[in-house]
Formats: sequence, C-alpha cells, structure tokens
Amino acid sequence: MYVAVKGGERAIENAHRLLAHERRGDRDVPELSLDQISEQLSLGVDRVMTEGSLYDRELASLALKQARGDMIEAIFLVRAFRATLPRFGATEPVDTGTMRVRRRISSTFKDIPGGQILGPTFDYTHRLLDPQLAEDSKAEAPATAEASNATMPRVTDILGRDGLIEPSPLADAGSPVGDLTREPLGFPADRDLRLQNLARADEGFLLALGYSTQRGYGRSHPFAGEIRLGEVEVEFMAEDVGFAVPLGAVTLTECQMVNQFKGSATEAPCFTRGYGLAFGQSERKTMSMALVDRSLRARELGEEIIAPAQDEEFVMSHSDNVQATGFVEHLKLPHYVDFQSELGLLRQLRKEFSEAAAETPEPMQEAAE
Amino acid sequence: MTVADRNGKQAQRKAAMAVLAHSDALEIARCLEPIAVPAYENLREPENGLVMLRGRIGGDGAPFNLGEATVSRAAVRLATGEVGFGYVLGRDRRKAQMIALCDALLQSDEFAEAIEKGVLAPLRSAMISERDRAAAETAATRVDFYTLVRGEG
Repeated sequence: MYVAVKGGERAIENAHRLLAHERRGDRDVPELSLDQISEQLSLGVDRVMTEGSLYDRELASLALKQARGDMIEAIFLVRAFRATLPRFGATEPVDTGTMRVRRRISSTFKDIPGGQILGPTFDYTHRLLDPQLAEDSKAEAPATAEASNATMPRVTDILGRDGLIEPSPLADAGSPVGDLTREPLGFPADRDLRLQNLARADEGFLLALGYSTQRGYGRSHPFAGEIRLGEVEVEFMAEDVGFAVPLGAVTLTECQMVNQFKGSATEAPCFTRGYGLAFGQSERKTMSMALVDRSLRARELGEEIIAPAQDEEFVMSHSDNVQATGFVEHLKLPHYVDFQSELGLLRQLRKEFSEAAAETPEPMQEAAE
Repeated sequence: MTVADRNGKQAQRKAAMAVLAHSDALEIARCLEPIAVPAYENLREPENGLVMLRGRIGGDGAPFNLGEATVSRAAVRLATGEVGFGYVLGRDRRKAQMIALCDALLQSDEFAEAIEKGVLAPLRSAMISERDRAAAETAATRVDFYTLVRGEG
C-alpha cells in the first residue's frame, strides 16, 4: 500500500524544470530536430512505433526526444498518446506478398524466385567503430542496377505448393479478431491474440526467450525461411465512402520461421511455422517473435510444455515493457505505511530473539573439541 | 449510370486516392493552386484518429491485430453536390481535406480533367520515379551467386 503524501509540489515542479534543462544538455550544442531523429536514428524510431503499438514516425521521434533516448519511456509516452484519439476501425489485413521489397533473404534456399536481396543491413559489416562518422560524414550515393519485374513469392508459399509445410490457419468467419487493447487477457489465448501481444512485446524479452528455445528450452529446430522488409499498402473499408480506401503505405518487416515436422497417423509429416511481423525495419524483433510464436504453439501441436518460452501465460503476462516497468518502478512510490508495519514486525522479532538468547544457558564446551 | 460505369468510376477514385495518399501535402497544394476550385463545404470537419492495422498469421492466414496507426479524415461537398472523401495515414488534417476535395472534383464533369492533368498526372509520375529509384537501389544489392568448381571435375 502507498499513501498520498502532501508537500512535495515545489520539489516536483523544480525537478521537472531540471529534467527539461538536462534534456536540452549543453546549449552550445545544436538542438535535435524531429526530422534528424526520424531520419538518422530510424531504427530506434521503428522500435518505439512497434512496441508503442502506433505507426507514426513523427510522434515516435518526439517521444524519443522527450524521453532523452530512453526507449521504454518513449514507448510509454506513445501508448499514452493512443488513448487521446478515437479509433475509426480496423484496416483490411495487409498483404505482405505484394510488398515493395527493399530487403529479402532466405537461409533455406539459395536460389529463390526473385533472388536474395540484401538491402540496407548491418550483416557483413565488421562491427568496427567508424571514426569518419564522428565528423561530417559524406555518404556515397547508393549504387543502382536494373530492377527486375519478377514476382517475389514468399518462401513458405513455395514450400506450400508441394505440401511440405503446414498451411496458415484460415480465418474463422464466426469469430471476431481478438484485441487485447479492448478486452482483458484470458488464458488459453488464441494465436491472433498471442501475435498481437508478441508484436508489441519488449524486443529484449523476446530475444532472450527466442534464444532460450535455440539453446534447448523448448527446442523447435528453426530455419529463417524468409525475412523481408519493405512497403505495404494499407486499405480501410470506410462505410461512408462505400469501398476500401487506400490510406498510403507502411514499412513492415516480416519473418517466416520454418521449423521441424509434425505429422500423425493420418497426416503426412510437414514443416511447421512461426511468424513475426513488426513496424519499420525490425529484424531481430520479428525473428525473436517468430521463434516465440512457434514455441507458444506447443499446446496446439501436442508438444510437452517444459520451458518458459512454451508457457503462454508466463510469456504474455511478462512481455509488455510498459506494464513491467510500471510494476517494477512503482516501488519508487512512497510505501511509508507498509514499511512502518514491516519495521515494527522486525523489531518485535528481534526482541523475541534476543530474549530467547538471554534465557538459554551457554552451551557446554565439548571436551573432545 | 450503369454498374460498369459505377465500378469504373470507383476504380478511378480509388486509384486517385492512392496517388494522393502517397504524395507530399505541399505538392498536392502546389498542384491545386492554379485550379479555380469551386465553392465547397466541409461535410465532415477534418479530424485525427486511429485505425487498427491488421496482418495475417503466416502472411496469408487468419487476420490479427498488429498495432494502430494515426489517420486523418475529411469529407467535403461541392456547391454542385459532389461529395468527396479523404482518408490518409498520419495526422495531417489539411492533407485529408485536400484529398477529399480532389475526390469530389474528380466526380464533377467540369473539373475531372483538370484534376487528372494538373494534380494526379504530375503526382503519379513523381511517385513512380521515386519507386523506380528505390527499386534500382535495391536491385544493386541482389546477390549473384556463382559456383566455384573444385578439383579436376
């Protein structure tokens, strides 16, 4: 229990002023613009959008600036902002198969239709600090090559043609799409709710859980079937207009994880799947998400649940960093009354202990010692 | 109007909305400037809101809620009666209103051609050249595998 304590108003006001001062830093250093954050710290912005669960680059940039670069604080700010606007409805589901791809790789097939496209990636860099970036950097214009019109089918579609991989679950016309922002979470949770939870989950938490499955805690033998990054068109069925209205495009990263087989007496064995999808360029996030999505399917696939990453209640209840930070950081709030009662109890216990010690005679020394 | 006409008109409006949604608000305003826009009223005051963005499980399966996005929307009615709608990602209410205005003008026999030639055509070609540039930069990072032959075959 914590109680309201009066008297700190001036201290709080001055603390906020000091915070604003520290946020600005040395006045001789130019102030960051939102465009600079959005353009040059773009992966940080992508993470704030993904975990803040709100696609808006400008707002995510503002949140990062206000939070002094603290990701979770920025995510918190974005989540709080969401509550200030009405929701007009849900979009038509996006089709990642029609993505304007900027990166697309597969670790399962070398020669995939459409090819392996590296795009803007940290992979293959030497991870050596670049002193040139410490000064005004003059980035070279990107190389160009003739673009092909070849379609880029998902690798899972190619495997699916031969029945080598399980098909994606089809929509159940009768049941609405689960939404954890509208209804409290209950267990067991269906895969739509699990994916929504994982999509906004803390990247570090998912990374650790995904890693744990690779190390044997709920092993699922994954291959990165395909990772793709690019722009996807969004449409919204607007009742007043009477047709699905194009809203523009969003940048998404998608990961299709291909995992070891399932089969039964009646069904031929086939690969199973894990799926990851996130706003912006969020590769580590979507890979981790796909690993955890697959491990959370243990119940559905009849696998023994022995590891944390397979336990949906454990994963989904602890994945949200805004909830987690709220509960951890609330320990900073005054708990004076709670603590006074603990202190009283401890003093009583110590008194009883010393009284008991005083009544007990000194033990006799053993002669043989 | 026949069903085919209506479908054709709808496809044209939808294609125009796609171009406008992708275009910079300042560019739309610049293109609209030389056009003598007739009187219109706001049927819906431009406003901000959210939509829940949906994906599909496995890319092609049942839908799930990925996360929200900010949107703006507006609706206008020309003095001659045509009603136009504007919906667009982001919080630029003026852009939504301009899209609604273009949508209304596109349905007017008097202005459809001016909008097509003066607004949509230049914005469409800017959008296409921007996409071509990105596609060419992406294509340069495509891996061309070659096989090293070992031994004497």
